[in-house]
Amino acid sequence: MELRKSYFADQRKDGLHEIGQGRPRLDSPGHVMGKTAYFADRNFPGMLHLKMVRSPHHHARIRSIDTSEAEKHPGVVKILTAKDVPHNVYTILILIQIGPEDETVLADGKVRWKGEAVVAVLAETERAAQEAAAKVKVNYEVLPAVFDMEEALKPGAPLVNEYHGQNYYLYDSGECRKVRFGDVEAGFAEADHILEQSYQSSPIEHAPTETTGCVVVPEGNDRFTCYTNTQAMFFTLDNASIILQMPGSKLHFVGGTVGGGFGGKVDVIVEPIAILGAKLTGRPVCFIYSREEEMQISSPRAAEKVVIKDGVMKDGRIVARKVTGYTDAGAYSRHSPYGAQKGAAHYPGPYTIPNVWIDTYCVYTNRTPSSAMRGFGVTIGDFALEVQMDKLARLIGMDPLEFRFINAYRDGDMKAHHQPTEGAALIECMQEASRAANWPVAEKYMAMSSYKKGA
Amino acid sequence: MAIRRGSGVAAINYPTGMNLGGDPTQALVHSTPTGNFMVTLSSVDLGQGLKQIMAQICAETIGVPTDRVIIDTADTDTGPHCMGTFASRGTHRAGNAVIQAAKEARQVMLEVAAEELEVNASDLETDGEGNILVKGAPQKSISIFDVALSAHFKRGRSISGRGMFLIPRSYPEKETGAMKPSTCYAHACTVAEVEVDDETGEVTVLTVKNVFEIGRALNPKMVEQQLVGGSWMGISHALYETTEPYYPNRDHGGTDFNQYLMPGPGDLAETEIIVLERPSADGPYGAKGPGEMCANPQIPAVANAIFDAVGVRIDTLPITPERILRALKAQAAS
Repeated sequence: MELRKSYFADQRKDGLHEIGQGRPRLDSPGHVMGKTAYFADRNFPGMLHLKMVRSPHHHARIRSIDTSEAEKHPGVVKILTAKDVPHNVYTILILIQIGPEDETVLADGKVRWKGEAVVAVLAETERAAQEAAAKVKVNYEVLPAVFDMEEALKPGAPLVNEYHGQNYYLYDSGECRKVRFGDVEAGFAEADHILEQSYQSSPIEHAPTETTGCVVVPEGNDRFTCYTNTQAMFFTLDNASIILQMPGSKLHFVGGTVGGGFGGKVDVIVEPIAILGAKLTGRPVCFIYSREEEMQISSPRAAEKVVIKDGVMKDGRIVARKVTGYTDAGAYSRHSPYGAQKGAAHYPGPYTIPNVWIDTYCVYTNRTPSSAMRGFGVTIGDFALEVQMDKLARLIGMDPLEFRFINAYRDGDMKAHHQPTEGAALIECMQEASRAANWPVAEKYMAMSSYKKGA
Repeated sequence: MAIRRGSGVAAINYPTGMNLGGDPTQALVHSTPTGNFMVTLSSVDLGQGLKQIMAQICAETIGVPTDRVIIDTADTDTGPHCMGTFASRGTHRAGNAVIQAAKEARQVMLEVAAEELEVNASDLETDGEGNILVKGAPQKSISIFDVALSAHFKRGRSISGRGMFLIPRSYPEKETGAMKPSTCYAHACTVAEVEVDDETGEVTVLTVKNVFEIGRALNPKMVEQQLVGGSWMGISHALYETTEPYYPNRDHGGTDFNQYLMPGPGDLAETEIIVLERPSADGPYGAKGPGEMCANPQIPAVANAIFDAVGVRIDTLPITPERILRALKAQAAS
């Protein structure tokens, strides 16, 4: 890695004692010698293991649940179903008033995705919990499922989630989050070329080294200590407090070094049910995802579809951009309504375009619920935007890098979501990339600056 | 049939924080009689090194070496509130809270030192090595250890500080979408060079040259580790990863690292990282949040390089050999 100190030197105070120094990490000896303690390194006498009975169907009504055989299995201590959860229907962003509550801790009457938790089994050993889980009999009536966002939005599509009543999240702005800037139709009318293209992505896994999990210990004084690898301590505590209808003062969450998160550990999935198990049995409980659960049960990055329509002039100026973004939340909201909204603010990318129209939808399907992941709401949008930029440049016979200089945002430019640009540095990044990659551009672009003239 | 080479570019920006939900983080700092400083937080270190960065920020602000700062974090009984480690917010939000707390603690420390040295606190400075000196008369000095002892046992002062950083919640305007979703923006431009085998559809990423503008590299070694890792993740996202390889059929999703495709060490491109620093107005020592941004530009850069190599556009991720071959076949047919 190289630091290019020549850029923005006038804005920076160098020569500090600790900042800007590549000090060795104080925790790295522990990591490399295997001394760092993770939550799962804690073992407590009498600790129970929790395993979930999961839905084998993408969408089904639950006719009946029979746990009688599982209860007789040696080592089983407690079996939990929906009726045991004090506030079973929840949604994590209710903490910032983004409702409605739309997800069950344990399925109640219906499952909406393959892998959904239905019954929790607590047993003396992991093996006993697993074997007993296999003996739980759930009688399902399979329902039609929908796996495609466009299909889900058509009239007559199977309704995925009754708590929403339609297969999209209803914002205060309506069926999508909207950004309106300038007059996009007038922009298209004046454009020399119009290009409309569609981009799609698949869900992907966060792939942390350490799988999601927690260990809960009843402290004997009505308090519970939850050792967890959540990315957000109080966020998880507060949600657990709601689900368990237990004052937050009864909960003590302890984190530490986490073995990778990438956004996969900001859902609140393992902690509430493990605390409930500890409360009802009076014993420590651990609930740790297997690698299979981490990859197929925990929320992936959402599948997305992005449709971009651009109006561009022969001289390289983009005069209008219309983006319709679809985020596949899967069966439940989790963080997806936020991600779709974050996407609305991110378009049209780091470019100054006078006429912009953005609609972003959060859509429900019977896929695995998606949620936050590194680049949440932005990564797939950037893929779409930057491939589109390449196509536009070639459409008008211009160098792709020079084309970006022409449209790059600079300090003071008004963005589509009505915020002035501050601290821009796109131009300088492109100038340095031009040098580093030996990708020459015309001298006038190398002379540009993110600073506005006279500023 | 041939191996074809191509180059592609992408340029992006990325927001720091999550103002659409309100974005607070707090920190507490206090000294112990050892002369060490404790920073108490509830922020989570995901392995990226949040604790180390908070220690360096606190050390710089108070004026002590980093190894004199201890980070106690991720405990809801002892730590003040933090929204969490996500949205590229950890360094920026928690760092600002630590600065505010450390400034308050530093002020008390200088006041105690001033009493011991019988000068005004405003005439004192720190040498960054654990001493407080009189400006212009460095022979007149006191160690921070002695100041801590004096504060505890003689002067009855608590060398401590409280820090709070809050970005108030922004509510998007319904009709126009006017909103302030984040604070500062990090930037990047990536050029990727690939080889595509037009017989097998296989892509080899030869080089990735990443230029990142991150506000301020608080610890350049850690910046490098995060940016190189992110660049690798971006390539993986572009070419390999999916939890639903046979979508819309949901069967046969990967359930372990043998089945879930990611590049191995032999698949890693030659990676170059260049960092620019345009300090953000509201960041801790100018830092922005590059943690998420650094995995994004490689994806379109690789896609564009593949087009440059073989003349087909794959607009669906991941860009698998199968998709490339189907596109080449369609291209040949038309």
